[in-house]
Amino acid sequence: MLFMEKECAKKEQVRTSKNEIYMEFDAISENEGLARVVIAAFLSRLDPTVDEVDDVKTAVSEAVTNAIIHGYGNQGGSVVMKAKLSENGRLSVDIVDKGVGIADVEQAMQPLFTTGAENERSGMGFSFMEAFMDGLEVESTPGEGTSVHMWKDFACRTEKKQPLLQAAVWNRDSRL
Amino acid sequence: MEQKMEEYAIIENYLCIKMPKEVDHHGASGIRECADRLILDDKVKNIVFDFEDTTFMDSSGIGIIIGRYRKISCFGGKVYAINTSERIQRLLRSSGLSSIIEIIA
Repeated sequence: MLFMEKECAKKEQVRTSKNEIYMEFDAISENEGLARVVIAAFLSRLDPTVDEVDDVKTAVSEAVTNAIIHGYGNQGGSVVMKAKLSENGRLSVDIVDKGVGIADVEQAMQPLFTTGAENERSGMGFSFMEAFMDGLEVESTPGEGTSVHMWKDFACRTEKKQPLLQAAVWNRDSRL
Repeated sequence: MEQKMEEYAIIENYLCIKMPKEVDHHGASGIRECADRLILDDKVKNIVFDFEDTTFMDSSGIGIIIGRYRKISCFGGKVYAINTSERIQRLLRSSGLSSIIEIIA
């Protein structure tokens, strides 16, 4: 019990400290994997589940791929990834490009809508970002670029698990 | 990102494609080109995507599958996704692919 309390307290402590990263990289497809690895490592201090890590990696992958193939039309450029952990256990990620921009953001965000049909883009990018994160905001100006802002909240799961674990320990020791 | 070479095998009229560890836009064009060459050359009827080694996939994987489905479905071919983890199944279902392809865990 004491151990669990300490663990949770430790997590609370980790959660209360802010952290921010800024990364700028060339808009080439090799860097999609790099962005995923970086965000997964950055996220690890929140003690996420495998599924949660995959959720964030997928969303980041979609946004970075969009910047590379739609924003810059595979012609290269520079993509910025900003990530922030805040006191309340919220991860926010910004993926920013200075590419062609999106004229109609609402249309672009429709499931299955794509301008890249000839390259077999599925039109699911924004849908996946929405599905796997807790929030998504897209700002874009044609000719200036696109900024994707998304976030996901991580609660202290240890607290929820405590009663179950407590029962298990007590039963094993044949107390109570 | 380094990526394991995709493997391709033709068994009867099935083209089996071993999907890489990470299926993203970066590796998608290579898979597409190889698969389409084999579809033409060997008169493949059905396609099996094997996700045994796959730990990550984004919507680029959905694009690959839809593209191959379009190529073979008009000749009555079927598409299968095998060795799919819960994660991959979720991605395939949420994009509506489960209605046109066979998903096997």
